[in-house]
Amino acid sequence: MKAFAELLERLVFAPGRNTKISLLRAYFSTRPDPERGLALAAIAGALDFPGAKAAALKQLAETRADPELFALSYDFVGDLAETIALIWPAAPTTAAAPELPEIVAALRAAKKDQILPLIAGWLDASDASSRFAIVKLITGGGGLRVGASLRLAKLALAEMALLDVNEIEEIWHGLEPPYLDLFAWLEGRAPRPDAAAKPVFRPVMLAHPIEAKDLAALDWSAHRAEWKWDGIRVQLVGTATERRLYTRTADDISAAFPEIVAAMNFRAVLDGELLVIRDGAVAPFGDLQQRLNRKTVSAALRAEFPVAVRLYDILFDGEDDVRGLPFDTRRARLETFLRREQPARMDLSPLIAFAAADELAALRDGAREAAIEGLMIKRADSPYLAGRPKGFWWKWKREPLSIDAVLMYAQRGHGKRSSFYSDYTFGVWNEAGELVPVGKAYSGYTDSELNFIDRWIRNHTTARFGPVREVEKSLVFEVGFDAAQRSGRHKSGVALRFPRILRLRPDKPAAEADHLATVQAFIT
Amino acid sequence: MPPHPQTWLKTTPSGLFCEPGGFFIDPTRPVDRAVISHAHADHARPGHADVLATAGTLAVMRTRMGAERAGGQQQELPYGERLTVNGVAVTLVPAGHVLGSAQIVLDYEGSRAVISGDYKRQPDPTCAAFQPVPCDVFVTEATFGLPVFRHPPATAEIHRLLASVDLFPARTHVVGCYALGKCQRVIAVLRQCGYDKPIYLHGAHVAVCNTYRALGVELGELRPATVAAKADLQGAIVLAPPSAIADRWARRLEDPVVCMASGWMRIRQRAKAGGVELPLIISDHADWDDLLRTIREVGAPEIWVTHGAEEALIHAATRLQIRARALSLVGYGDEDAA
Repeated sequence: MKAFAELLERLVFAPGRNTKISLLRAYFSTRPDPERGLALAAIAGALDFPGAKAAALKQLAETRADPELFALSYDFVGDLAETIALIWPAAPTTAAAPELPEIVAALRAAKKDQILPLIAGWLDASDASSRFAIVKLITGGGGLRVGASLRLAKLALAEMALLDVNEIEEIWHGLEPPYLDLFAWLEGRAPRPDAAAKPVFRPVMLAHPIEAKDLAALDWSAHRAEWKWDGIRVQLVGTATERRLYTRTADDISAAFPEIVAAMNFRAVLDGELLVIRDGAVAPFGDLQQRLNRKTVSAALRAEFPVAVRLYDILFDGEDDVRGLPFDTRRARLETFLRREQPARMDLSPLIAFAAADELAALRDGAREAAIEGLMIKRADSPYLAGRPKGFWWKWKREPLSIDAVLMYAQRGHGKRSSFYSDYTFGVWNEAGELVPVGKAYSGYTDSELNFIDRWIRNHTTARFGPVREVEKSLVFEVGFDAAQRSGRHKSGVALRFPRILRLRPDKPAAEADHLATVQAFIT
Repeated sequence: MPPHPQTWLKTTPSGLFCEPGGFFIDPTRPVDRAVISHAHADHARPGHADVLATAGTLAVMRTRMGAERAGGQQQELPYGERLTVNGVAVTLVPAGHVLGSAQIVLDYEGSRAVISGDYKRQPDPTCAAFQPVPCDVFVTEATFGLPVFRHPPATAEIHRLLASVDLFPARTHVVGCYALGKCQRVIAVLRQCGYDKPIYLHGAHVAVCNTYRALGVELGELRPATVAAKADLQGAIVLAPPSAIADRWARRLEDPVVCMASGWMRIRQRAKAGGVELPLIISDHADWDDLLRTIREVGAPEIWVTHGAEEALIHAATRLQIRARALSLVGYGDEDAA
């Protein structure tokens, strides 16, 4: 358990993605089977121990520590698993500290009334950081929440085996803990596990943002255009026996969208955009957000936020892998497929007819519908390739909306930005003449602008609240965003989608920044 | 019957006052006569007329505040020697907290109070070890007075630091630590663990390290971090004040791993909120088990609890049949809250 505990400890505190990947990689390449596979399963949220819940562990801890001292400590620490791990008294024991595989096997085999005594024995034999890992492992359920996603773990595995992460993604959902076949393949001791016939995720094809030089060089007659929808990218996988709905990062979200899964009465792998659609009209992204990050969904929520998938590509048609075919051919297959199957809650993302580039540009700028982010431009002969290959697909986002807002609060960033005030809360004027926050921005500035803002904040701080500095309300930013939506979270009642700093406006007096009414007018 | 210490030791706005002796202990504002337990700024304030302390404490006070502000008359009292002041016998006994730190043992008409100042029981190569002194009233700190605080051995924490240096050889490990005590202890334990490369220091740490060396503490090769080239600091260990490790000063370092050596690092959220990547639980204060062990060893029927988490320690002492009460001393625990 010690190595796993040390890994969790480091992951919690590691500031950056690369550091986390290094830590995971070092762990996976040095620990034995099946420990490392079980650790991977814990990160993936694939381990569940229904017999042991947090409340029972708290009662267990109170048999070892004075309840009044436990209460004072819990009050100070604020996290139950951590309080239990820290307060558990050292017990004279000759038992060896338990290893991860032993814990998993014993918990799975134990009868209900054996579980707490087992856990007490393990906690007695472990140090504080191992105790924390044990409590987290047992109560974690849907993932450990220790600052490392499954995706990072897969990236670490790919690095370790010098593979493209997509090769792992493509077989991942056919694998089971403790993933012995996966590690055997990664270490060159066995062939790649066979995922055929299983409802696995296929790596998606991504687009590059188009730039002026690309626009000028494009042969428009050899390209197709579609709307770029503001929903979430999904992959629908239907096999003879199973159905799955995946995000573009391979998270299985089938349980959150049962109505889509119910409609997948086909054998195919399709690519499309998940949207809330009411009476044929696409609702703003905020509506879709109500449906995200849920394990299950009530009938009321399903009725209030009805979802559908707007399809734009086909990867497998029945058993046929069509990813190698040109875009135009796949598009024809997709249209035929939809005519034949007519699945509920799915429609076709239309191709946009155009004669010339400037006609498209006009269409793009004219599209103010909230659900459209801009255009997708796809080469007519492009195969369906994993990742973000150059020269096939482009995204051409419409110009951002923008407002002039006043900097109100700032916080330091993380990792390389940990010494810089790089996270900004900004606001606009309400009718009472007060500044009200409308969003936070973390990006869009150059290094020299960041230096300027950092220095400005240090010289204009008026109050501190823990890590947050309140500043003099006098620095104006031009803030770009993709859409505005109503929000109960902000005092202003509005929230901006993907806000970023477009420009600094140190020349502009704060009194001339925008008013809340201007922002409200952007709500669609 | 000997007088109870509460009849001759009083709390005043300037701090704890020994009435028959006519002196204050660690006073918070300038006074005529002060006995100082150790040189941390919340215990040793400048501007007293007469100061009594160990040679180590006086030397560090002179380094930090200048010879004149450290006291008009500075009188050294070696550990274990008795000095009688107006009928009160004063003895200084090692507290194990930092170099020169002392428990102040007061004997008056057959009654004894021990004011322990700040103390720890873990081994520390830079200072003399704590000695329990039996007494009638034991005045104890309670900085880490909750059962969640248990400090692992400092050597184990330093081994974690060294393992991280091996794991990230291209990065600079910057360790936040207080300038007096913690910094020198971290260096000395690194040396104990076999680390013999130069250790780099923030400018604020240099002076006290020099004082420690002048008093005979071996620290190995130390170099200023401020003038070192960024490339030289790759893979190196740099010690700096906690306020500098995640701020502008740290920008001179190559992709730093921010570490912090403090007893508070036992609590994850504390460490995370401070932007710390590698928390090291190294403290110069007694942890919960050592607080209770010390209370038992001195055998006092009564304890007075000063700064920290008084409530839990008083609860625990009461359960051990020891009379316990909070001695609210305003102004302590500001500087070396770790």
